[in-house]
Amino acid sequence: MEGTILTTKDLFVYYDTKCAVNNVNIEFQKNKITAIMGPSGCGKTTLLRCLNRIHELNPSAKVEGKILLHGEDLLAIDPILVRRKVGMVFQRPNPFPTMSIYDNVISGYKLNGIRLKKSEFDEIVEDSLKKAALWKEVQHDLHKRGTFLSGGQQQRLCIARALAMKPDVLLLDEPTSALDPISTSHIEELLVELKKTVTIIIVTHNLAQAGRISDYTSFMYLGELVEFGATDKVFTNPQNEQTERFLTGKFG
Amino acid sequence: MKDFSIKWRIIKNNIFKISIIGISLISIIPLFLILFFIFQKGIASINLNFFIAGTKPTGEIGGGIANALIGTVILVLIAFAIAVPFGVITGIYLSDNKKSKLASWVRWAVELIQGVPSIVLGLIGYAWLVLPLSKLTGGKISFSALAGGLTLSIMMLPSIIKSTEETLKLIPHSLKESALALGVPYYKTMLFVILPAGLSGIITGILLGVARIAGETAPLLFTAFGNYYMNVNILKPIDSMPLLIFNYATSPYEDLHNIAWGASFVLVSFVLLLNIFARLVVKRWKVQF
Ligand SMILES: Nc1ncnc2c1ncn2[C@@H]1O[C@H](COP(=O)(O)OP(=O)(O)O)[C@@H](O)[C@H]1O
Ligand SMILES: [Mg+2]
Repeated sequence: MEGTILTTKDLFVYYDTKCAVNNVNIEFQKNKITAIMGPSGCGKTTLLRCLNRIHELNPSAKVEGKILLHGEDLLAIDPILVRRKVGMVFQRPNPFPTMSIYDNVISGYKLNGIRLKKSEFDEIVEDSLKKAALWKEVQHDLHKRGTFLSGGQQQRLCIARALAMKPDVLLLDEPTSALDPISTSHIEELLVELKKTVTIIIVTHNLAQAGRISDYTSFMYLGELVEFGATDKVFTNPQNEQTERFLTGKFG
Repeated sequence: MKDFSIKWRIIKNNIFKISIIGISLISIIPLFLILFFIFQKGIASINLNFFIAGTKPTGEIGGGIANALIGTVILVLIAFAIAVPFGVITGIYLSDNKKSKLASWVRWAVELIQGVPSIVLGLIGYAWLVLPLSKLTGGKISFSALAGGLTLSIMMLPSIIKSTEETLKLIPHSLKESALALGVPYYKTMLFVILPAGLSGIITGILLGVARIAGETAPLLFTAFGNYYMNVNILKPIDSMPLLIFNYATSPYEDLHNIAWGASFVLVSFVLLLNIFARLVVKRWKVQF
């Protein structure tokens, strides 16, 4: 496949001795949305968290195999640099509670001690909030606390915060599962818009969501990657029996 | 029959409620009596001179508490400057390493320090700070404000460590993850994201710690020692409010007794205000997640 940005090679992840990701080989395509699906506990979150090495916060998690970002071994680069290239949005919206909306967006710069001119920060804030489809709603309240926003707005703020670092890849772990349907559709729309500039990998429990927004769909079962392909193909003609059962609502 | 048993239950319930309220009221009566008594006895000695005058030679009327007041401020500042950084950093460590061996040892040590009688801490301050310093300097430095402040800082540590740990434990884990996911190094994440989010709880712990040590006498008896003269040199003995109260109240002179009452009033008011302030901080600065 052409335009591969991120690849895992023979990837295993263990928690102590329990194998949570079992020999996963996957190629994520540049400027596409790839959905990762599968029943609870099949290792979706674990796989996603390796891709920006946030799994290292858990000392019992061990990774074997290779992860390549632009062909470079991601496990050999400084994790701090990896995380600036590969942004992440979590299940629960979590803007920094002591910071204003403005400061939340540029927190990646401020906390890393990256100094820019006020006008440059202004531009990053406006640009990121526009990409996250939040600018119109908050442009007059930039200096209010981010925690006063609604759940859906908070999640878009978190997306803006991740985008401000200009990552190549954006990881999202069930970003809409704590949100109402309207907020969810806002976020789906903005993700489709976003793929022009950033590669998106999204874990979702929601079949319809994956069908609506993703270009590629992968399906995990008991830690293994059992299905990967273009979304329309996977949805209409799954190769794997477990995928078929999942798609027809037999479990999940 | 059934009716009766329900009524009887309601009556029992009410008796229980009333006795709980009654017993609670009885147990706070002594507190109010003490406050009232100190107020009544102390307020008479209080005037401007009381705050700005030092000790008068025995027999002369009209001394004040200036040197004790300054002494207490200096002692608290020394204790504060040492206990806050050590306490907060230890608290961060404990909140972040729930299961490590070292953390459980530290937690155990904190409990232990909290249980050590303050007079014993005073003795330790004497044996580990006052005596060695005196030996080293050939007797030039012995009892000192520094030794007193250090001893008080140990008493202050548990409340700071515990409040920091408890506050930070309540902060959602995802907050730390999302800072790290932006490529922010660990120490900056803790200092600039996690700590500010828990600031109100930590400040409360510090204030309560100050309130606790401000009135301590025992740890100062063999360390700061007391001083009838104004002193701001931290290498010299220094007076403090509780030491002054102790010395004056045990003296045979009526006017010194009155000064001791006045000083008690000031000390109690200070501690009370700190407690009220600590409550306000909790309410006002509470961070919403
Ligand atoms: N921190 C952890 N420690 C130990 N086991 C874990 C941990 N996190 C997840 N697991 C286990 O790893 C497996 C995969 O979990 P996860 O990646 O969270 O699945 P998913 O996101 O697909 O629901 C599960 O069996 C889970 O019990
Ligand atoms: Mg998950």
